[in-house]
Amino acid sequence: MIKAILIFNNHGKPRLIRFYQYFAEDMQQQIIRETFHLVSKRDDNVCNFLEGGSLIGGSDYKLIYRHYATLYFVFCVDSSESELGILDLIQVFVETLDKCFENVCELDLIFHMDKVHYILQEVVMGGMVLETNMNEIVAQVEVQNRMEKSESHMERMLLRRHLEPLSPHSHELG
Amino acid sequence: MSDVVEKTLTALPSLLSLDSQPGSTKLSSTSKLGTLIRGITELTSKHEEEKLIQHELTSIKEQVSSPNTSMRQMKELMVRAIYCEMLGYEASFSYIHAIKLAQQGTALEKRVGYLAVSLFLNESHELLLLLVNTVLKDLQSTNLIEVCMALTVVSQMFPKDMIPAILPLVEEKLNHPKEIIRRKAVLALYKFYLIAPNQVQHIHNKFRKALCDKDPGVMTASLHIYLQMIQENPEGYKDLTPSFVTILKQVVGGKLPMDFNYHSVPAPWLQIQLLRILSLLGKNDQSTSEIMYEVLDESLRRAEMNHNITYAILYECVKCIYTIHPKSELLEKAAKCIGNFVLSPKINLKYLGLKALTYVVQQDPKLALQHQMTIIECLDHPDLIIKRETLELLFRITNAQNVTVIVEKIMLLYYLYLVCSCFLVFFPMNHYTYAPDNEWFIETMNTVFSVGGDMMQPDIPNSFLKLLSEGFDSVEEDRKLRLFAVDSYVSLLQGEPGKLPQRFLQVISWVLGEYSYLRKELEAARVLRLLAKLLDMKNTSSETKSWVLMAMTKLCEGRTGLSVAQEVSETYSSSLDTVLRQRAQELQHLSQDWELQARVLPRDAGHEPLEVDSSLSFLDGFVSEALAAGAAPYKPQHQRQEELAQAKALSLEPYGLSLPISMSSCSIADRQSPTLLSISSGLSGDSTELSHKGGSTSLKLDGVKRVWGREGYLAQREPVEESAHVEVPSPLRSPNHQGEADSQTPTPTPTPDPEQEKQQLASSLFVGLSSQSSVCLMGKSEPTPQRFRRKTKGPGSSSAVGEQISNSLVSTPSTVDNLLCNNLLESNITSELDVSSLEQTSQLAHGLTTANGNCDVELTDSDIKGSSPSLNGDNEVVAADPGSHEDPDGPKDLCLSSHLPAELSGLSHSEITPLCSKQSLDLSACHVHKDDFLVLVVFIYNSSDSDIQQILLELDSDELEVSCVCDNRVQEARSHSVAVCQYFLTVKRPSVHFKVVGIVSYQFPVGTPQSVQFSYKLPLTSFIRPLTLTTEEYGTMWLDFSHDTKQNLTLISDGQEPLAATLNMLEKKLQLHVVEVIGMEGIVACQLLQDQPCLMHCRLHAGTLAVWLRSPVPDLPDCLMYHCQRALQEH
Repeated sequence: MIKAILIFNNHGKPRLIRFYQYFAEDMQQQIIRETFHLVSKRDDNVCNFLEGGSLIGGSDYKLIYRHYATLYFVFCVDSSESELGILDLIQVFVETLDKCFENVCELDLIFHMDKVHYILQEVVMGGMVLETNMNEIVAQVEVQNRMEKSESHMERMLLRRHLEPLSPHSHELG
Repeated sequence: MSDVVEKTLTALPSLLSLDSQPGSTKLSSTSKLGTLIRGITELTSKHEEEKLIQHELTSIKEQVSSPNTSMRQMKELMVRAIYCEMLGYEASFSYIHAIKLAQQGTALEKRVGYLAVSLFLNESHELLLLLVNTVLKDLQSTNLIEVCMALTVVSQMFPKDMIPAILPLVEEKLNHPKEIIRRKAVLALYKFYLIAPNQVQHIHNKFRKALCDKDPGVMTASLHIYLQMIQENPEGYKDLTPSFVTILKQVVGGKLPMDFNYHSVPAPWLQIQLLRILSLLGKNDQSTSEIMYEVLDESLRRAEMNHNITYAILYECVKCIYTIHPKSELLEKAAKCIGNFVLSPKINLKYLGLKALTYVVQQDPKLALQHQMTIIECLDHPDLIIKRETLELLFRITNAQNVTVIVEKIMLLYYLYLVCSCFLVFFPMNHYTYAPDNEWFIETMNTVFSVGGDMMQPDIPNSFLKLLSEGFDSVEEDRKLRLFAVDSYVSLLQGEPGKLPQRFLQVISWVLGEYSYLRKELEAARVLRLLAKLLDMKNTSSETKSWVLMAMTKLCEGRTGLSVAQEVSETYSSSLDTVLRQRAQELQHLSQDWELQARVLPRDAGHEPLEVDSSLSFLDGFVSEALAAGAAPYKPQHQRQEELAQAKALSLEPYGLSLPISMSSCSIADRQSPTLLSISSGLSGDSTELSHKGGSTSLKLDGVKRVWGREGYLAQREPVEESAHVEVPSPLRSPNHQGEADSQTPTPTPTPDPEQEKQQLASSLFVGLSSQSSVCLMGKSEPTPQRFRRKTKGPGSSSAVGEQISNSLVSTPSTVDNLLCNNLLESNITSELDVSSLEQTSQLAHGLTTANGNCDVELTDSDIKGSSPSLNGDNEVVAADPGSHEDPDGPKDLCLSSHLPAELSGLSHSEITPLCSKQSLDLSACHVHKDDFLVLVVFIYNSSDSDIQQILLELDSDELEVSCVCDNRVQEARSHSVAVCQYFLTVKRPSVHFKVVGIVSYQFPVGTPQSVQFSYKLPLTSFIRPLTLTTEEYGTMWLDFSHDTKQNLTLISDGQEPLAATLNMLEKKLQLHVVEVIGMEGIVACQLLQDQPCLMHCRLHAGTLAVWLRSPVPDLPDCLMYHCQRALQEH
């Protein structure tokens, strides 16, 4: 089970927080702070696993993280997950973000936090790995995007009709 | 990939103002979220951020509650609220609006609503009930996206009691034409299974259908469920093994569509999942394991080392191979694979390699030897995690010979423990048994305490103190250990105590309070002043202060001490802290009244068990008075919470049974009576364990399985009972041994210094691992005393026993001697009739050494196998039992048992165990069960050619009363004959095992006096006899007993009814008497010799046997519980 997914930047500012196990609000913030503290101290040439912390659930849990430029992607998992498997899942997730946002950067995560959540929902559902195939994930996200486009298209139509209620008719008439 | 997130936050303000980047074009400068974020990034302090967010939250709150806000605006507001929550600011006012949005919005708005709900709320939040209808509606929607959203939110969090409402709809989705829906439905059901397993029981066959789904994605999702279910009950799914193997075979063989490839590896995550399942299925099951050997081999072969993910598969493969029933060919390949991991330059792989090694050394310690140099290198690795993993590995291979080196190494890396203090649990109690000497142990512990400090788990100081107070075999050694501790602590306090952590100060004050009297020349007043100094220090916590005051209370005596004590108690008797005030009062009064002090705080009583009346029966009168006066009966906390929860949650059963009413109708006496226990026990279900915990004040280590033995990890050996010894041979550290070790490594002499150092370290770390292997790099290993000890336990393997056998067989006159001896004993004329010292003058040719032998023999209850049933009346002579001939000890046993005194010969007795042998004297012993007493019989066999006179045998035991059957303690043993001594044993104080320590002193006609020590161990069960009672008698007795313990034990089921089977087994093994079995409950009685009853009440509860033991004797319930547990485990 994945217990939590945390994304924060090099200064520890949270960019996306998703807990799959309930923690009180202040506990969540403490977990974020401590995780950042643990992860940020580590060089780039050490291993990507951290364990033995007392953050979430104690010794059975470990942190698996990757550091991309300004962002840390941290997955907190229990012993039922494969370490290297999760490490590659993070890679898949980031590649998917890259594909969806066309050259993703921290800004995309800040301003489209909701979208990142939707993408994540297609990768991990309720703490379980749902899909590991990037093309599948992107396809699912695109289905939703199409819905968004059609809706905004419809809204625009509605809006236009509202603004110029007569023009289509006048055309027809004309 | 690192260039993916290349744009940094520093560019943010310019990006926002330019508004030209593709990512930010959508954020118009008027976007509220944009403004918020821009505002936050411009801030410099946390305080300003707080102000800004609070302002933002007020504005959101205003807008959401305004009726004019459209759903579209609401969507935007929700995202802002999510953002604020992420930063840690509560926006609870928006929760209800999130639910509303999910309810009423269009698909897009719904999506935001669901997202907000799943981020804001948790499973037990009451607002979630409002979401149930929305989810129901969306599950039935024709819009696939809405169905997906509903399934996602359901798997994220859903109220447990509402599951039945949506379960049919989710189940239905398993047949949905779209695979993504089927897949999500499977995961949602898995989530249901996790939170409420009994609710999805009926759809197990649907899971099987999902496993066989034509879409591999759905099948993969169903593996989550199977992994979980197989973990819980591997037996139930063995039939699926061939299916899993076939699936894996197909995946590995590339039968899946190319879409499933990741870096040209076919469905790696699926493979990992399958391998995990297979390892669960194949564990301890040869026939199942055999099915999977082929595919495992293929997986190993196919996984070429080219990408991270292949290593993930290989790692699982290796773990699987080492978990299932071993096959040497595969093990070899897996070992090679581990080598690849460990030697890899990639740090992640090294980490996993170490993990795999740690896992594997439990079965094959030799593997660590192959990689010893790498392990040494890893100890100095810059990555803390790698170091930690290496240490964990070292812990697994610790043994008596390498403990000093390993602990030293750990001390060097000690700061690690601040990071991962949990690790300290392993340390150092396991390792005390390996400690080379007292000084080393105390000093090591000092370092542990001062560095580990207050980060440390409280268990460690506790068990350290327990260790000190309980002591070990030898009184003298215990005294030395305590003395050394006192000395070391006094000198610490004279230094700079301000720097020591609080926990350590507490330990110090306890030890000084308890044991400083041991150091005669140390004045109590001086210790008192040192302790008083601690009180004055600014950073001393009040908890520590109360420890210090307690210590002072124990110490104060004499005039000077009194003045210090008075001064201190005056200062603290007005303290704000009530505990401190209490302690100060105690100090004040006890320091003035020494008699009282001696009674309250008896010296050296730290390990005496406290009598705690955990059932609080002395309050019964008070309680019944209160009840009579109309007070509400007591409810345990969990019940109160349940009721509270029930009162809060919606009641689904309108006229359900209300438990509290029936509860209040039963009186307090009913609650305690076992015959009517079903009323209370049904309610207090889990409380058995709780009250058990509360009942015992000391740490319980007896029931814990011993994984560590003196020689390292006790892999598959049967649990060997050991008594801790202080003297352990020091590890092979002498230079000549290291030299030998070096000579076996590839390049011995010209190695550069660091390399050589490493090799030396390696040889000292890995010493003792290779006892049977020819790859021994460490030079020869010394035979250690404990190895010898262990040998003597094995029947017939000991040289002493062998000698005895041959001697008794060779010596032809033995039968005559036996007869003679028996006659002698029967007529109760032992020494008088003995042959006068004719042979006393005969010289012994060989010289005698004077060293005192020391030898222990321990008996576990399993040793009396076969002999116990005969207690029930059918007196069979065990010695004549034909079955015992198969025993290597048989002939000797037979021979010695013929020496059993006639009045005992008809009774059942334990196996005759050799105790010790020295020169020509062999001691053996057994205990004989009689209905009303227990007799210990010691056989002294003289194998020399001369008679030995004046054999003085003295026995003593802490917990047992030992009395000689005949007053004459002096025996003599004629040449090649056996002298027999009998002792009555009665229990002074119950204990799990009793130990009788003895010393035999004797003198050959010529030579110096000799003495041999020995010890004999026997279980509590030897003293247990059935107690015949009627149910009524039982009922009245039950209420009278104040000492009790409760525990849940495992049931045995031999096809028959489990309760009956378990009780029968206990009756047979432990000599209990089953009074009555009523439905799910059984009452059992027994007595401890003589006439100390113990009553047992058993109840079937949730697949376990809830056992409640009561007795008037303290500790008896706990000790008997241990044996019940053992008996059931051994079954």
